[in-house]
Amino acid sequence: MVPANWYLALAAVLFAIGMAGVMIRRNAIVVFMCIELMLNAANLTFLTFARQKLNVTGHVIAFFVIAVAAAEAAVGLAIVIAVYRTRGSINIDEVRALHD
Amino acid sequence: MTESAEAIVFWILAVPLLAAACGVVLARSPVHAAMSLVAAFFCLAGIYVLLTAHLIAVLQILVYAGAIMVLFLFVIMLLALSEQQLGFSKVRVVEVLGVVGAAGMAFLVVWALRDLGWMKMPELQRDDFGIVSFGTVKLVGEFLFTQYLLPFEATSVLLLVAIVGAVVVAKEKI
Repeated sequence: MVPANWYLALAAVLFAIGMAGVMIRRNAIVVFMCIELMLNAANLTFLTFARQKLNVTGHVIAFFVIAVAAAEAAVGLAIVIAVYRTRGSINIDEVRALHD
Repeated sequence: MTESAEAIVFWILAVPLLAAACGVVLARSPVHAAMSLVAAFFCLAGIYVLLTAHLIAVLQILVYAGAIMVLFLFVIMLLALSEQQLGFSKVRVVEVLGVVGAAGMAFLVVWALRDLGWMKMPELQRDDFGIVSFGTVKLVGEFLFTQYLLPFEATSVLLLVAIVGAVVVAKEKI
């Protein structure tokens, strides 16, 4: 049997890769993709502990995470399109209307 | 499944998963990043099967690799991105610190997991016919429609709000 530690370590590395992507990428769409990677790492952790404790609640939570990720992607990409219409760019360094 | 076979399948799925995840971060073009992300989702679905989460594995492919990735690709096609918007920004101290912080976080978690000792997975319970019910559509559905009925219904409202919100935000004239 593969021990649970391996799955959890894999999830941690996957989360770190997603986090690094959010830090270094300036393209808003790629930043969204990296956020999806981080959500998946969280899902992997939930499913690992569900298997470890033989408790199906982890699967139910993973289901909700997938549903929320779908909603987040829809609204987020709509915002990206709206920003592109008004500013002609999706570089997240140039979009700082709320910042200034 | 024997022990070593499961470990081999784990590595066959885990190494391409991490490679595809790095591809998402490092790919210059967003389309290549999206294709890498699809590959990562398929590897993750395989790992979910290894964890006997069959329903979630199927949903992963249907919803993530199917619906969400099509949405991403459509948006990439809608936006005609110029060459200078594709690349990375100039390397700044904040970004180097961010990557170092992410690597440090991963290192810390892996270190802590190592100290935890091997957490053996328990054996799956089988019913009278030798069938494992853990993670099947039936068992997860039972939980979803009894104990978690209210969150489930709230999710449907959330998706409706998200659809309406996406349409309103992306409309030409608000």
